[in-house]
Amino acid sequence: MTAVSVQVAASKKRNEGLNIGFWLPVAWMGILLFTVAFADVLPVRDPTISDFTALKARPSLEFWLGTDVLGRDIFARVIHGARISLTVGFFAPVFGMIIGLFFGMIAGYYRGKFESVVIGIVDIILAFPNIVLAMCILFFAGATMINLIIVLSVTSIPANTRIARASTMVFSSRDFVLAARAQGSSDVRILWYEILPNILLPQLAYILSFMSIVIMIEGSLAFLGVGIPPPTPTLGGMIAQGFPDINTDPHITFLPALFLFLTVLSLNLIGDHLRKKITVRQSAL
Amino acid sequence: MYIYIRRKLIHLIPIAFAVTALSFFFIDLLPGDVADAIAGIGTDNAVVDEAAVQAIRKDLGLDRPIVVRYFSWLGNAFQGELGKSYQTGQLVSDAIGLRLPVTFQLLAMAQFLAVLFAIPAGIIGAYRAGKVTDKFVTTLTFAFLAAPSFIIAIILAFLFAVMLNWFPATGYIPFSEDPIGNLRSFTLPALALALIEWPILSRVLRNDLIETLQEDFISLAKAKGLSNIYILLRHALRPSSFTLITIVGIQLGNLISGAVIVESIFALPGIGSLLVASIHAREVLMVQGIILVMAVAYVAINLAVDILYGALDPRIRQ
Repeated sequence: MTAVSVQVAASKKRNEGLNIGFWLPVAWMGILLFTVAFADVLPVRDPTISDFTALKARPSLEFWLGTDVLGRDIFARVIHGARISLTVGFFAPVFGMIIGLFFGMIAGYYRGKFESVVIGIVDIILAFPNIVLAMCILFFAGATMINLIIVLSVTSIPANTRIARASTMVFSSRDFVLAARAQGSSDVRILWYEILPNILLPQLAYILSFMSIVIMIEGSLAFLGVGIPPPTPTLGGMIAQGFPDINTDPHITFLPALFLFLTVLSLNLIGDHLRKKITVRQSAL
Repeated sequence: MYIYIRRKLIHLIPIAFAVTALSFFFIDLLPGDVADAIAGIGTDNAVVDEAAVQAIRKDLGLDRPIVVRYFSWLGNAFQGELGKSYQTGQLVSDAIGLRLPVTFQLLAMAQFLAVLFAIPAGIIGAYRAGKVTDKFVTTLTFAFLAAPSFIIAIILAFLFAVMLNWFPATGYIPFSEDPIGNLRSFTLPALALALIEWPILSRVLRNDLIETLQEDFISLAKAKGLSNIYILLRHALRPSSFTLITIVGIQLGNLISGAVIVESIFALPGIGSLLVASIHAREVLMVQGIILVMAVAYVAINLAVDILYGALDPRIRQ
């Protein structure tokens, strides 16, 4: 009897340990998404209006996270900056995944010449360091939201293509694909109905990691001053602006940096947790 | 081995070609043309002098078809001719040549430090796999993976340059002038890059080591009564480091991206900070030249890594 209860207690404890690392990030992302989505309705200040009586104010009840060099509310700017990070961080990996799935599946299914071409394209994209590629395209084509999303989806194509190709290769040699082919299914039908449903879930498990990478690149670009231009607040831009005053007013730099760090960390932790869950299911198939 | 190298080279030629073509055609994404951009059209304080724009256009040969321009540009690039800055008159190749050694030193020191952190961390993680120490190392890698290079760089600058005043926050001292000052000026930037690089290396090494430790020859070594440390370092580490070597090559792209940021923050005169400065100054030809050099360097180093990999592990050559 005691042995049983001890065992139950032990397994319960292990579960709790797992969950904190998962639910805390989920809570952070949930609160952040909610605030970002409803920033215009919630009592968040205007991020572009300066209060010249309170320049570089410390965090207080009036200004939750203090104010920046121009007396603008840091909390409001962080929320509006996170809005850009999350928008870019959502659309770019999704587009990158769709394109990567398309090329990766065709390469993994047909192999041969087409596969070499796809691998070649992936190698070409990889030859340009992602931030350098993004900087240059934004410089030449203009730093708009659309361009930013396009550029960052390009940077997530190589990994998506490789993952999709590898898992397509695994599944296209499985019996159910052979069966479908024996029934006379077309290649398009096999790819769409037999292979895609099987590889979509593992692919989605990686998307949170890509989101975190894209958000980091967006932050870096804004930090270097080649992202979305001011007065639109961006997390990277805020960090760059606070940096000269780092020895007197570190909060201007470190609070946006903390927001960025926690968001990226949360996405990584959630992604890792889901990936483990999904891989277990895979092996049980 | 020669067949292996030849196959790698054949795969490389179209890629090198495409990479140079892309570096060239990026410029045509510009609204207007290159001459407009060089003359400053499109910026706020542009004084438009149509004659000057025409002169630049003629100088660059923009009246020729784009394919002709590409091949003449490529031919010039092979001879180290990448054009000149229209603002300072400096040759692009000179500017890059002056700054390339700084970036090389930064990348080499960063890579060295990253491997230095990753090997013990990977070994500890694999040796204590699933235990508390392993979980601690894994958590640490997670935290570092979530920190963008510019945040790590400003934290390092804040801690060691502003608060503790151990290292200079900015500035660059040539090695020939003052070797110790030179190393000191490189310490924080290299550390910043190493800190974003080591978690990836450490995780790869840990996973490979765990696999190696299941092998029979490890059991044999244990049965012979060799100490755990000896087995880990002398028997397990070498066969587990193949993936590590490839990753070092693949990660170079990330490292160059990081160098662009870190050089800007610590004011190191490498090609990364040159790129950022050139973008802000709208130095089109300089930007083009730097992208070309970075991309070609990436492709070349990965070829070298592939060849090294083939030399170390004969199975790969098949």
